[in-house]
Amino acid sequence: MAIGISEVGDGDFGTEVLQSDLPVLVDFWAPWCGPCRAIAPVVEELAGVYGGKVKFFKCNVDDNPVTPGKYGIKAIPTLIFFKGGNVSDQITGMVAKAKLEDKIKNLL
Amino acid sequence: MEKVDYDLVIIGGGPAGLTAGLYAARGRMNAVLFEKIAPGGQMLATEYIENYPGFPERMNGVELTQMMVKQAESFGLKIENDAVLSTDLAGTVKKIRLSNRTVAARAVIIASGAFPKKLGIPGEDVFIGRGVSYCSTCDAPFYRGRTVAAVGGGDTAVQESLFLTKFAEKVYLIHRRDRFRAEKILQERALANEKIEIIRDTIATGIEGSTAVEGVSIRNVKTGETGKLAVDGCFIWIGILPNSAFADPALKLDPFGFIVADAEMITSLPGVFVAGDVRSTPLRQIATAVGDAAIAAHSAERYIESQKA
Repeated sequence: MAIGISEVGDGDFGTEVLQSDLPVLVDFWAPWCGPCRAIAPVVEELAGVYGGKVKFFKCNVDDNPVTPGKYGIKAIPTLIFFKGGNVSDQITGMVAKAKLEDKIKNLL
Repeated sequence: MEKVDYDLVIIGGGPAGLTAGLYAARGRMNAVLFEKIAPGGQMLATEYIENYPGFPERMNGVELTQMMVKQAESFGLKIENDAVLSTDLAGTVKKIRLSNRTVAARAVIIASGAFPKKLGIPGEDVFIGRGVSYCSTCDAPFYRGRTVAAVGGGDTAVQESLFLTKFAEKVYLIHRRDRFRAEKILQERALANEKIEIIRDTIATGIEGSTAVEGVSIRNVKTGETGKLAVDGCFIWIGILPNSAFADPALKLDPFGFIVADAEMITSLPGVFVAGDVRSTPLRQIATAVGDAAIAAHSAERYIESQKA
């Protein structure tokens, strides 16, 4: 299992995220979003720690309009946690590392 | 004296904390900065900064943050990603409780900043991330060609409403008073912008929708007249609240919870200094935050030297 964050988009969201055997965290972001860029290193750090147990993806909302629309995303950063193809949790806005880590642990 | 881990702990990584860190690191102090989310603070949510001197081409908040971090780290500042949960600051050894340990320091600079105040009206919490927003630089592009409401009358409300017009078709700027507190130059731009419709003497009383925001209910505070605006989003900029919950209860605060200090950034507790938006101050800008921080670092250094003497 690769450790780290991969890109996911409208094309492969179904296979990579919804059909994943492991729980998944998707970080919806865009290059113009300051807070998204600011929390990216935190998400990456946690991907390094939990990468074997949880799949971490980034989804650029500019390049992939369909998926954010499907999940009603109107604000970023939004982090959505998927388990068995279903949304199990969601965080909108900047989040402290400890809180994000707690939510990741809840997924396991 | 009891052993300390650091001479100086800086709480918060916005412009004030980063500047205090720059001065402390450059002054070869044994200092550390704790930031709970990511360095930058409210600058991260600022699309452009045009009143911080030295950058005539509008500076983006993220870029300015990156430069401040780089500059402070170039002098050896340690920045740790950890949240300060509580502090015990009355004694000569200051205790700072983090998420998984407690550190001891001779002095503390509190630069923990502030966060946006909520309206506290029905629908606000329900629709956060689904139409309710406090950050136009994060969320404005989701409203391309749409109609949105913006609530507030200060600099942030007017500047961010102007930014919204780059995407939204129409922005209703709802202000509870007749006159705006915002800088004149911002007011002039808002008045000249045909996408902005200013609704004065009016408050938002509720945010409605099914799965996302569909409307905002309003009431004119002078006439009592009520109405509803059909909008796809509601941006709220009605001021800020201090991040001072972790502060030692012995620390003197103003009636709004901001930390009181004198001109040398010395608080009511010896060895505790404050800088930036969390301070009780008449103006909250990057320029004032970095000014506060330079003084706070200077005062902290003098205090630490006196303790070691």
